[in-house]
Amino acid sequence: MQPIEERLELVRFKVDKTPHIRLDREKCVGCDTTACVYVCPAGLFELLGGEMHFSYEHCLECGTCYVACDRKAIEWEYPRGGWGVSFRAS
Amino acid sequence: MQHFDAIVAGAGPAGSSAALAMARAGLQVALIERGEYPGAKNVSGAALYAPNLLADLLPEYWEEAPVERYLTRRVVTLLGQEAAVSLDFRTNHFSKPPYNGFTMLRPKFDRWLANKAEEAGALLISSTVVDDLLYKNERVAGVRCRRQDGDLYAPIVIAADGANSFLAKKAGLQHEFRGDEMTLGVKEVVRLDAHTIEERFNLNGDEGMTNEYVGYATGEVKGGGFLYTNRDTLSLGVVVQIASLAQKKMRAYELLDQFKQHPAIAPLVRDSVTLEYSAHMIPEGGWAMLPTLSRAGLMVAGDAAGFVFAAGLFLEGMNFAIASGLAAAATAQEAHANQDFSAESMARYRKQLESSFVLKDLKNFRHAPAFVNNERLQNVYPELLCETMENIFRSDGKPRRKIGRVVLNTMRGKVSLLTLLRDGWQAGRALLF
Repeated sequence: MQPIEERLELVRFKVDKTPHIRLDREKCVGCDTTACVYVCPAGLFELLGGEMHFSYEHCLECGTCYVACDRKAIEWEYPRGGWGVSFRAS
Repeated sequence: MQHFDAIVAGAGPAGSSAALAMARAGLQVALIERGEYPGAKNVSGAALYAPNLLADLLPEYWEEAPVERYLTRRVVTLLGQEAAVSLDFRTNHFSKPPYNGFTMLRPKFDRWLANKAEEAGALLISSTVVDDLLYKNERVAGVRCRRQDGDLYAPIVIAADGANSFLAKKAGLQHEFRGDEMTLGVKEVVRLDAHTIEERFNLNGDEGMTNEYVGYATGEVKGGGFLYTNRDTLSLGVVVQIASLAQKKMRAYELLDQFKQHPAIAPLVRDSVTLEYSAHMIPEGGWAMLPTLSRAGLMVAGDAAGFVFAAGLFLEGMNFAIASGLAAAATAQEAHANQDFSAESMARYRKQLESSFVLKDLKNFRHAPAFVNNERLQNVYPELLCETMENIFRSDGKPRRKIGRVVLNTMRGKVSLLTLLRDGWQAGRALLF
Protein backbone atom coordinates (compact mmCIF):
# COMPACT_ATOMS: atom_id res chain seq x y z
CA MET A 1 0.00 0.00 0.00
CA GLN A 2 1.29 3.43 -0.91
CA PRO A 3 1.14 5.89 2.00
CA ILE A 4 -1.33 8.68 1.30
CA GLU A 5 1.34 11.31 2.12
CA GLU A 6 3.38 10.07 -0.84
CA ARG A 7 0.39 10.50 -3.15
CA LEU A 8 -0.29 14.00 -1.84
CA GLU A 9 3.30 15.02 -2.58
CA LEU A 10 2.32 14.87 -6.26
CA VAL A 11 -0.42 17.46 -5.81
CA ARG A 12 0.06 21.22 -5.92
CA PHE A 13 -1.33 23.15 -2.95
CA LYS A 14 -1.24 26.86 -2.23
CA VAL A 15 -1.97 26.87 1.47
CA ASP A 16 -3.90 29.78 2.97
CA LYS A 17 -3.25 30.84 6.56
CA THR A 18 -6.87 30.49 7.60
CA PRO A 19 -8.41 27.01 7.48
CA HIS A 20 -11.48 26.48 5.31
CA ILE A 21 -12.58 23.52 7.45
CA ARG A 22 -13.89 23.95 10.97
CA LEU A 23 -14.74 21.16 13.36
CA ASP A 24 -17.24 21.47 16.19
CA ARG A 25 -15.53 19.00 18.55
CA GLU A 26 -18.41 19.03 21.01
CA LYS A 27 -20.51 17.34 18.37
CA CYS A 28 -17.79 14.71 17.92
CA VAL A 29 -17.99 13.53 21.53
CA GLY A 30 -19.20 9.93 21.60
CA CYS A 31 -19.15 9.54 17.81
CA ASP A 32 -18.43 5.90 17.00
CA THR A 33 -18.84 6.00 13.22
CA THR A 34 -15.93 8.46 12.73
CA ALA A 35 -16.88 8.54 9.05
CA CYS A 36 -14.55 11.47 8.33
CA VAL A 37 -11.51 9.35 9.20
CA TYR A 38 -12.39 6.80 6.51
CA VAL A 39 -14.03 8.81 3.75
CA CYS A 40 -11.53 11.69 3.41
CA PRO A 41 -9.49 10.87 0.27
CA ALA A 42 -6.54 12.80 1.69
CA GLY A 43 -6.67 11.12 5.11
CA LEU A 44 -6.89 14.46 6.88
CA PHE A 45 -8.90 13.32 9.92
CA GLU A 46 -7.38 11.35 12.74
CA LEU A 47 -8.67 10.24 16.13
CA LEU A 48 -5.90 10.84 18.66
CA GLY A 49 -6.43 10.07 22.34
CA GLY A 50 -10.18 10.09 21.92
CA GLU A 51 -10.21 13.50 20.26
CA MET A 52 -10.70 14.19 16.56
CA HIS A 53 -7.89 16.08 14.89
CA PHE A 54 -7.68 17.32 11.34
CA SER A 55 -5.51 19.30 8.99
CA TYR A 56 -6.77 21.36 6.06
CA GLU A 57 -3.53 22.01 4.20
CA HIS A 58 -3.76 19.05 1.83
CA CYS A 59 -7.51 19.13 1.31
CA LEU A 60 -8.51 17.99 -2.20
CA GLU A 61 -11.75 20.01 -1.83
CA CYS A 62 -14.19 17.24 -2.66
CA GLY A 63 -16.64 17.89 0.22
CA THR A 64 -17.04 14.22 1.13
CA CYS A 65 -16.30 14.79 4.85
CA TYR A 66 -19.22 17.10 5.56
CA VAL A 67 -21.61 14.91 3.54
CA ALA A 68 -20.54 11.77 5.43
CA CYS A 69 -20.61 13.32 8.93
CA ASP A 70 -23.95 12.31 10.44
CA ARG A 71 -23.48 14.76 13.33
CA LYS A 72 -23.01 17.77 11.07
CA ALA A 73 -19.87 18.63 13.01
CA ILE A 74 -17.87 19.75 9.97
CA GLU A 75 -18.23 23.23 8.63
CA TRP A 76 -16.68 23.30 5.20
CA GLU A 77 -16.34 26.10 2.69
CA TYR A 78 -14.23 26.75 -0.38
CA PRO A 79 -10.78 28.18 0.28
CA ARG A 80 -10.17 31.76 -0.80
CA GLY A 81 -10.16 32.20 -4.59
CA GLY A 82 -6.94 30.95 -6.19
CA TRP A 83 -5.85 29.14 -3.00
CA GLY A 84 -6.03 25.50 -2.05
CA VAL A 85 -5.55 22.65 -4.48
CA SER A 86 -4.67 23.17 -8.15
CA PHE A 87 -4.90 20.05 -10.26
CA ARG A 88 -2.55 20.09 -13.22
CA ALA A 89 -2.58 16.66 -14.80
CA SER A 90 -5.99 15.19 -13.95
CA MET B 1 -21.18 48.53 -8.70
CA GLN B 2 -20.76 46.36 -11.75
CA HIS B 3 -23.64 45.31 -13.94
CA PHE B 4 -23.78 42.50 -16.47
CA ASP B 5 -26.50 40.89 -18.55
CA ALA B 6 -25.66 37.53 -17.00
CA ILE B 7 -23.27 36.13 -14.41
CA VAL B 8 -22.04 32.55 -14.50
CA ALA B 9 -20.58 31.02 -11.32
CA GLY B 10 -18.10 28.29 -12.23
CA ALA B 11 -15.99 27.87 -15.38
CA GLY B 12 -16.41 24.14 -15.87
CA PRO B 13 -18.04 22.67 -19.00
CA ALA B 14 -21.54 23.86 -17.97
CA GLY B 15 -20.52 27.41 -17.05
CA SER B 16 -18.12 28.01 -19.92
CA SER B 17 -20.59 26.62 -22.51
CA ALA B 18 -23.29 28.92 -21.13
CA ALA B 19 -20.94 31.93 -21.10
CA LEU B 20 -19.72 31.18 -24.63
CA ALA B 21 -23.26 30.90 -26.04
CA MET B 22 -24.49 34.05 -24.28
CA ALA B 23 -21.44 36.09 -25.28
CA ARG B 24 -21.86 34.99 -28.90
CA ALA B 25 -25.47 36.21 -28.69
CA GLY B 26 -24.20 39.64 -27.70
CA LEU B 27 -24.85 39.55 -23.94
CA GLN B 28 -22.40 41.06 -21.44
CA VAL B 29 -21.29 38.05 -19.42
CA ALA B 30 -19.12 37.59 -16.33
CA LEU B 31 -17.69 34.09 -15.87
CA ILE B 32 -16.38 33.59 -12.34
CA GLU B 33 -14.02 30.77 -11.35
CA ARG B 34 -12.65 30.01 -7.88
CA GLY B 35 -9.58 28.14 -9.14
CA GLU B 36 -6.42 29.99 -10.13
CA TYR B 37 -7.34 28.85 -13.64
CA PRO B 38 -10.44 27.09 -15.00
CA GLY B 39 -10.05 23.34 -14.45
CA ALA B 40 -7.80 23.71 -11.40
CA LYS B 41 -10.51 22.28 -9.14
CA ASN B 42 -12.09 19.91 -11.62
CA VAL B 43 -11.77 16.15 -11.90
CA SER B 44 -13.51 13.65 -14.17
CA GLY B 45 -12.61 10.24 -15.64
CA ALA B 46 -12.47 12.01 -18.03
CA ALA B 47 -14.50 11.03 -21.08
CA LEU B 48 -16.56 13.58 -22.99
CA TYR B 49 -19.41 11.90 -24.84
CA ALA B 50 -21.61 13.50 -27.52
CA PRO B 51 -18.82 15.80 -28.68
CA ASN B 52 -21.16 17.15 -31.39
CA LEU B 53 -22.94 19.27 -28.74
CA LEU B 54 -20.30 21.99 -28.82
CA ALA B 55 -19.74 21.83 -32.57
CA ASP B 56 -22.49 24.35 -33.43
CA LEU B 57 -20.59 27.02 -31.53
CA LEU B 58 -17.11 25.69 -32.21
CA PRO B 59 -17.08 23.86 -35.57
CA GLU B 60 -14.54 21.04 -35.68
CA TYR B 61 -13.16 22.14 -32.32
CA TRP B 62 -11.51 18.74 -31.82
CA GLU B 63 -8.85 19.82 -34.33
CA GLU B 64 -7.51 22.42 -31.89
CA ALA B 65 -8.96 21.50 -28.48
CA PRO B 66 -6.76 19.64 -26.00
CA VAL B 67 -8.54 16.29 -26.35
CA GLU B 68 -6.49 13.15 -25.79
CA ARG B 69 -7.93 10.23 -27.79
CA TYR B 70 -11.21 9.55 -29.60
CA LEU B 71 -13.08 6.53 -28.27
CA THR B 72 -13.45 3.49 -30.51
CA ARG B 73 -13.17 0.80 -27.85
CA ARG B 74 -15.51 0.44 -24.86
CA VAL B 75 -14.95 -2.34 -22.36
CA VAL B 76 -17.06 -3.37 -19.38
CA THR B 77 -15.43 -5.79 -16.97
CA LEU B 78 -16.90 -7.82 -14.12
CA LEU B 79 -14.15 -8.40 -11.60
CA GLY B 80 -13.91 -11.35 -9.27
CA GLN B 81 -11.27 -11.50 -6.58
CA GLU B 82 -8.76 -13.14 -8.91
CA ALA B 83 -10.55 -13.32 -12.23
CA ALA B 84 -12.33 -11.10 -14.73
CA VAL B 85 -14.97 -11.38 -17.44
CA SER B 86 -15.16 -8.58 -20.02
CA LEU B 87 -17.43 -7.39 -22.75
CA ASP B 88 -15.05 -5.79 -25.21
CA PHE B 89 -16.56 -3.66 -27.94
CA ARG B 90 -14.80 -1.79 -30.74
CA THR B 91 -16.02 -0.11 -33.89
CA ASN B 92 -14.59 1.90 -36.75
CA HIS B 93 -17.87 3.80 -36.92
CA PHE B 94 -16.79 5.96 -33.99
CA SER B 95 -13.51 6.93 -35.61
CA LYS B 96 -14.74 9.77 -37.83
CA PRO B 97 -15.83 13.34 -36.97
CA PRO B 98 -17.82 14.36 -34.99
CA TYR B 99 -16.73 11.19 -33.15
CA ASN B 100 -18.60 9.53 -30.30
CA GLY B 101 -16.43 10.60 -27.40
CA PHE B 102 -12.99 11.76 -26.33
CA THR B 103 -10.79 11.24 -23.34
CA MET B 104 -9.37 14.44 -21.92
CA LEU B 105 -7.66 16.04 -18.94
CA ARG B 106 -9.83 18.65 -17.26
CA PRO B 107 -7.22 21.26 -16.29
CA LYS B 108 -6.30 21.53 -19.99
CA PHE B 109 -9.75 21.20 -21.55
CA ASP B 110 -11.63 23.43 -19.10
CA ARG B 111 -9.05 26.16 -19.48
CA TRP B 112 -9.32 25.94 -23.27
CA LEU B 113 -13.15 26.11 -23.22
CA ALA B 114 -13.18 29.06 -20.80
CA ASN B 115 -10.75 30.85 -23.11
CA LYS B 116 -13.20 30.31 -25.98
CA ALA B 117 -15.88 32.06 -23.90
CA GLU B 118 -13.38 34.84 -23.23
CA GLU B 119 -12.58 35.18 -26.95
CA ALA B 120 -16.31 35.51 -27.60
CA GLY B 121 -16.41 38.49 -25.24
CA ALA B 122 -17.18 37.05 -21.79
CA LEU B 123 -15.21 38.49 -18.87
CA LEU B 124 -13.38 35.63 -17.14
CA ILE B 125 -12.68 36.38 -13.47
CA SER B 126 -10.49 33.62 -12.00
CA SER B 127 -9.25 33.11 -8.40
CA THR B 128 -12.63 34.33 -7.15
CA VAL B 129 -15.12 32.49 -4.95
CA VAL B 130 -18.82 33.29 -5.28
CA ASP B 131 -20.04 33.14 -1.69
CA ASP B 132 -23.67 34.07 -2.03
CA LEU B 133 -26.47 35.33 -4.21
CA LEU B 134 -27.83 38.87 -4.09
CA TYR B 135 -31.57 39.44 -4.17
CA LYS B 136 -33.91 42.25 -5.13
CA ASN B 137 -37.58 41.68 -4.27
CA GLU B 138 -37.16 37.91 -3.93
CA ARG B 139 -35.44 37.78 -7.30
CA VAL B 140 -31.84 36.75 -7.71
CA ALA B 141 -30.11 39.92 -8.88
CA GLY B 142 -26.41 39.18 -8.65
CA VAL B 143 -23.62 37.47 -6.74
CA ARG B 144 -21.40 38.30 -3.77
CA CYS B 145 -17.76 37.40 -4.44
CA ARG B 146 -15.22 36.93 -1.67
CA ARG B 147 -13.11 39.97 -2.53
CA GLN B 148 -13.20 43.72 -2.17
CA ASP B 149 -16.06 45.36 -4.09
CA GLY B 150 -17.18 41.83 -4.84
CA ASP B 151 -20.86 42.52 -5.46
CA LEU B 152 -21.72 41.98 -9.12
CA TYR B 153 -25.21 42.50 -10.50
CA ALA B 154 -27.13 40.90 -13.35
CA PRO B 155 -30.77 40.01 -13.96
CA ILE B 156 -29.66 36.41 -14.60
CA VAL B 157 -27.28 34.21 -12.63
CA ILE B 158 -26.34 30.70 -13.74
CA ALA B 159 -25.09 28.53 -10.88
CA ALA B 160 -22.61 26.13 -12.46
CA ASP B 161 -20.63 25.85 -9.25
CA GLY B 162 -20.11 22.11 -9.29
CA ALA B 163 -21.04 19.07 -7.23
CA ASN B 164 -21.09 20.85 -3.88
CA SER B 165 -23.24 23.72 -5.26
CA PHE B 166 -23.55 25.91 -2.21
CA LEU B 167 -25.44 28.40 -4.39
CA ALA B 168 -28.24 25.95 -5.24
CA LYS B 169 -28.57 25.18 -1.52
CA LYS B 170 -28.50 28.82 -0.49
CA ALA B 171 -31.21 29.59 -3.04
CA GLY B 172 -33.34 26.86 -1.49
CA LEU B 173 -33.31 24.74 -4.64
CA GLN B 174 -31.27 21.75 -3.42
CA HIS B 175 -31.40 19.72 -0.19
CA GLU B 176 -28.45 18.85 2.06
CA PHE B 177 -26.78 15.82 0.47
CA ARG B 178 -26.99 12.33 1.93
CA GLY B 179 -24.14 9.86 1.78
CA ASP B 180 -26.20 7.38 -0.24
CA GLU B 181 -26.82 9.75 -3.15
CA MET B 182 -23.27 11.02 -3.55
CA THR B 183 -20.16 9.13 -4.60
CA LEU B 184 -16.49 9.89 -4.15
CA GLY B 185 -14.12 9.39 -7.06
CA VAL B 186 -10.38 9.08 -6.49
CA LYS B 187 -8.07 8.97 -9.44
CA GLU B 188 -4.49 8.75 -10.56
CA VAL B 189 -3.02 9.92 -13.82
CA VAL B 190 -0.03 7.73 -14.70
CA ARG B 191 2.51 8.24 -17.45
CA LEU B 192 3.11 5.60 -20.10
CA ASP B 193 4.49 6.39 -23.54
CA ALA B 194 2.01 6.63 -26.42
CA HIS B 195 3.43 3.63 -28.26
CA THR B 196 3.12 1.37 -25.20
CA ILE B 197 -0.48 2.53 -24.70
CA GLU B 198 -1.35 1.73 -28.31
CA GLU B 199 0.26 -1.71 -28.09
CA ARG B 200 -1.13 -2.56 -24.67
CA PHE B 201 -4.69 -1.53 -25.43
CA ASN B 202 -4.93 -2.53 -29.09
CA LEU B 203 -5.32 0.98 -30.42
CA ASN B 204 -4.36 2.54 -33.73
CA GLY B 205 -2.94 6.07 -33.72
CA ASP B 206 -5.22 8.44 -31.82
CA GLU B 207 -7.86 5.84 -30.95
CA GLY B 208 -8.73 5.48 -27.28
CA MET B 209 -10.63 3.19 -24.97
CA THR B 210 -12.57 3.32 -21.74
CA ASN B 211 -12.84 0.38 -19.39
CA GLU B 212 -15.40 0.35 -16.57
CA TYR B 213 -15.13 -2.25 -13.80
CA VAL B 214 -17.89 -3.63 -11.57
CA GLY B 215 -17.60 -6.10 -8.72
CA TYR B 216 -14.38 -6.68 -6.82
CA ALA B 217 -12.99 -3.37 -8.14
CA THR B 218 -13.96 -1.77 -4.82
CA GLY B 219 -13.97 -4.77 -2.51
CA GLU B 220 -17.23 -4.90 -0.58
CA VAL B 221 -17.83 -1.17 -0.90
CA LYS B 222 -20.51 -0.12 -3.38
CA GLY B 223 -18.85 1.36 -6.42
CA GLY B 224 -16.72 0.58 -9.43
CA GLY B 225 -13.43 1.25 -11.12
CA PHE B 226 -12.35 2.84 -14.38
CA LEU B 227 -9.33 2.99 -16.64
CA TYR B 228 -9.17 5.36 -19.61
CA THR B 229 -6.41 5.90 -22.15
CA ASN B 230 -5.07 9.40 -22.81
CA ARG B 231 -2.36 10.34 -25.31
CA ASP B 232 0.62 9.40 -23.15
CA THR B 233 -1.04 8.84 -19.80
CA LEU B 234 -3.71 6.60 -18.31
CA SER B 235 -6.48 7.83 -16.02
CA LEU B 236 -7.57 5.23 -13.52
CA GLY B 237 -9.52 5.26 -10.32
CA VAL B 238 -12.39 4.04 -8.22
CA VAL B 239 -15.78 5.62 -7.59
CA VAL B 240 -17.46 4.65 -4.31
CA GLN B 241 -20.72 5.45 -2.58
CA ILE B 242 -19.94 7.67 0.41
CA ALA B 243 -22.41 5.99 2.81
CA SER B 244 -21.05 2.54 1.93
CA LEU B 245 -17.44 3.67 2.37
CA ALA B 246 -18.25 4.99 5.86
CA GLN B 247 -20.23 1.88 6.76
CA LYS B 248 -17.50 -0.54 5.69
CA LYS B 249 -14.85 1.70 7.26
CA MET B 250 -12.67 1.58 4.16
CA ARG B 251 -10.46 4.25 2.65
CA ALA B 252 -10.87 5.12 -1.01
CA TYR B 253 -7.12 5.37 -1.69
CA GLU B 254 -6.59 1.90 -0.26
CA LEU B 255 -9.30 0.58 -2.58
CA LEU B 256 -7.46 2.32 -5.42
CA ASP B 257 -4.27 0.51 -4.41
CA GLN B 258 -6.12 -2.82 -4.36
CA PHE B 259 -7.64 -2.04 -7.74
CA LYS B 260 -4.22 -1.29 -9.24
CA GLN B 261 -2.87 -4.56 -7.86
CA HIS B 262 -5.72 -6.71 -9.18
CA PRO B 263 -4.33 -9.38 -11.56
CA ALA B 264 -6.50 -7.99 -14.38
CA ILE B 265 -5.30 -4.38 -13.87
CA ALA B 266 -1.68 -4.71 -12.77
CA PRO B 267 -0.31 -5.69 -16.22
CA LEU B 268 -2.11 -2.71 -17.77
CA VAL B 269 -0.38 -0.17 -15.53
CA ARG B 270 2.98 -1.94 -15.30
CA ASP B 271 6.03 0.38 -15.39
CA SER B 272 3.86 3.49 -15.33
CA VAL B 273 4.78 6.51 -13.24
CA THR B 274 2.10 8.27 -11.20
CA LEU B 275 1.90 11.97 -12.07
CA GLU B 276 -1.00 13.15 -9.93
CA TYR B 277 -3.61 11.99 -7.47
CA SER B 278 -7.00 13.68 -7.31
CA ALA B 279 -10.47 13.34 -5.82
CA HIS B 280 -13.93 14.73 -6.45
CA MET B 281 -17.49 14.20 -5.29
CA ILE B 282 -20.05 13.03 -7.88
CA PRO B 283 -23.83 13.54 -7.62
CA GLU B 284 -24.80 10.05 -8.81
CA GLY B 285 -28.27 9.98 -7.26
CA GLY B 286 -29.82 10.83 -10.61
CA TRP B 287 -33.51 11.59 -11.04
CA ALA B 288 -34.29 11.06 -7.35
CA MET B 289 -32.04 13.90 -6.19
CA LEU B 290 -32.81 16.48 -8.86
CA PRO B 291 -33.07 19.97 -7.39
CA THR B 292 -35.56 22.62 -8.43
CA LEU B 293 -33.76 23.91 -11.52
CA SER B 294 -34.63 27.59 -11.48
CA ARG B 295 -36.28 30.53 -9.74
CA ALA B 296 -36.63 34.18 -10.70
CA GLY B 297 -33.22 35.31 -11.97
CA LEU B 298 -31.46 31.97 -11.38
CA MET B 299 -30.78 28.70 -13.20
CA VAL B 300 -28.70 25.72 -12.01
CA ALA B 301 -26.59 23.75 -14.51
CA GLY B 302 -24.14 20.83 -14.69
CA ASP B 303 -23.02 18.95 -11.58
CA ALA B 304 -24.62 21.70 -9.48
CA ALA B 305 -27.97 20.42 -10.76
CA GLY B 306 -26.97 16.77 -10.28
CA PHE B 307 -26.79 16.17 -14.04
CA VAL B 308 -24.72 13.00 -13.88
CA PHE B 309 -25.82 9.91 -15.75
CA ALA B 310 -24.54 6.89 -13.85
CA ALA B 311 -26.31 3.82 -15.18
CA GLY B 312 -23.81 1.00 -15.05
CA LEU B 313 -22.90 0.84 -18.72
CA PHE B 314 -22.90 4.64 -18.89
CA LEU B 315 -21.00 7.09 -16.75
CA GLU B 316 -21.50 10.54 -18.25
CA GLY B 317 -21.48 14.07 -16.94
CA MET B 318 -19.68 16.57 -19.11
CA ASN B 319 -22.09 16.18 -22.04
CA PHE B 320 -24.97 16.76 -19.60
CA ALA B 321 -23.13 19.80 -18.26
CA ILE B 322 -22.58 21.26 -21.72
CA ALA B 323 -26.17 20.62 -22.86
CA SER B 324 -27.60 22.17 -19.67
CA GLY B 325 -25.26 25.18 -19.98
CA LEU B 326 -26.42 25.73 -23.55
CA ALA B 327 -30.09 25.38 -22.53
CA ALA B 328 -29.57 27.92 -19.73
CA ALA B 329 -27.92 30.28 -22.22
CA ALA B 330 -30.83 29.96 -24.64
CA THR B 331 -33.30 30.67 -21.82
CA ALA B 332 -31.25 33.71 -20.79
CA GLN B 333 -31.26 35.07 -24.35
CA GLU B 334 -35.03 34.68 -24.57
CA ALA B 335 -35.48 36.33 -21.17
CA HIS B 336 -33.39 39.28 -22.31
CA ALA B 337 -35.32 39.54 -25.57
CA ASN B 338 -38.59 39.70 -23.59
CA GLN B 339 -37.06 41.59 -20.64
CA ASP B 340 -38.73 39.00 -18.45
CA PHE B 341 -36.65 37.45 -15.66
CA SER B 342 -39.55 36.09 -13.63
CA ALA B 343 -39.78 32.54 -12.27
CA GLU B 344 -42.09 31.67 -15.19
CA SER B 345 -39.57 32.93 -17.72
CA MET B 346 -36.73 30.96 -16.07
CA ALA B 347 -38.92 27.85 -15.95
CA ARG B 348 -38.46 27.56 -19.73
CA TYR B 349 -35.03 26.18 -18.87
CA ARG B 350 -36.56 23.02 -17.44
CA LYS B 351 -38.90 22.69 -20.45
CA GLN B 352 -35.88 22.78 -22.75
CA LEU B 353 -34.09 20.14 -20.71
CA GLU B 354 -37.20 17.96 -20.70
CA SER B 355 -37.16 17.83 -24.47
CA SER B 356 -33.42 17.11 -24.60
CA PHE B 357 -31.49 14.01 -23.55
CA VAL B 358 -30.59 15.66 -20.24
CA LEU B 359 -33.86 15.03 -18.42
CA LYS B 360 -35.09 12.33 -20.80
CA ASP B 361 -32.13 10.04 -20.05
CA LEU B 362 -32.20 10.75 -16.32
CA LYS B 363 -35.92 9.99 -16.22
CA ASN B 364 -35.92 6.94 -18.49
CA PHE B 365 -33.04 5.39 -16.55
CA ARG B 366 -34.25 6.55 -13.13
CA HIS B 367 -34.19 3.00 -11.72
CA ALA B 368 -30.55 2.53 -12.72
CA PRO B 369 -28.86 4.00 -9.61
CA ALA B 370 -30.69 1.54 -7.33
CA PHE B 371 -29.81 -1.34 -9.66
CA VAL B 372 -26.15 -0.33 -9.82
CA ASN B 373 -26.05 -0.30 -6.01
CA ASN B 374 -27.71 -3.71 -5.72
CA GLU B 375 -25.66 -5.64 -3.16
CA ARG B 376 -25.56 -8.77 -5.33
CA LEU B 377 -24.62 -6.95 -8.53
CA GLN B 378 -21.73 -5.50 -6.53
CA ASN B 379 -20.57 -8.48 -4.52
CA VAL B 380 -22.11 -11.73 -5.75
CA TYR B 381 -22.75 -11.88 -9.49
CA PRO B 382 -19.32 -10.78 -10.79
CA GLU B 383 -17.58 -13.42 -8.65
CA LEU B 384 -20.22 -15.97 -9.64
CA LEU B 385 -19.78 -15.27 -13.34
CA CYS B 386 -16.00 -15.54 -13.00
CA GLU B 387 -16.38 -18.88 -11.21
CA THR B 388 -18.79 -20.13 -13.86
CA MET B 389 -16.39 -19.23 -16.64
CA GLU B 390 -13.58 -20.88 -14.72
CA ASN B 391 -15.64 -24.08 -14.37
CA ILE B 392 -16.55 -24.00 -18.05
CA PHE B 393 -12.97 -23.51 -19.21
CA ARG B 394 -11.28 -25.75 -16.61
CA SER B 395 -9.43 -28.56 -18.32
CA ASP B 396 -8.38 -31.27 -15.92
CA GLY B 397 -8.65 -34.49 -17.87
CA LYS B 398 -12.11 -35.29 -16.50
CA PRO B 399 -15.26 -35.58 -18.64
CA ARG B 400 -16.94 -32.22 -19.27
CA ARG B 401 -20.45 -31.55 -18.09
CA LYS B 402 -22.81 -29.58 -20.30
CA ILE B 403 -22.84 -25.86 -19.66
CA GLY B 404 -26.35 -25.61 -18.15
CA ARG B 405 -25.31 -28.09 -15.44
CA VAL B 406 -22.07 -26.21 -14.76
CA VAL B 407 -24.02 -22.96 -14.32
CA LEU B 408 -26.55 -24.51 -11.94
CA ASN B 409 -23.83 -26.22 -9.89
CA THR B 410 -21.84 -23.00 -9.57
CA MET B 411 -24.91 -21.05 -8.48
CA ARG B 412 -25.98 -23.60 -5.86
CA GLY B 413 -25.96 -22.21 -2.34
CA LYS B 414 -24.93 -18.76 -3.50
CA VAL B 415 -28.05 -17.34 -5.05
CA SER B 416 -31.53 -18.76 -5.49
CA LEU B 417 -33.24 -18.89 -8.85
CA LEU B 418 -36.00 -16.65 -7.48
CA THR B 419 -33.52 -13.97 -6.38
CA LEU B 420 -31.80 -14.21 -9.73
CA LEU B 421 -35.12 -13.69 -11.51
CA ARG B 422 -35.99 -10.75 -9.27
CA ASP B 423 -32.61 -9.11 -9.91
CA GLY B 424 -32.99 -9.85 -13.60
CA TRP B 425 -36.29 -8.01 -13.55
CA GLN B 426 -34.66 -5.07 -11.73
CA ALA B 427 -31.86 -5.01 -14.29
CA GLY B 428 -34.38 -5.06 -17.11
CA ARG B 429 -36.42 -2.24 -15.63
CA ALA B 430 -33.24 -0.21 -15.06
CA LEU B 431 -31.68 -0.62 -18.48
CA LEU B 432 -33.64 -2.69 -20.99
CA PHE B 433 -37.31 -1.76 -21.20
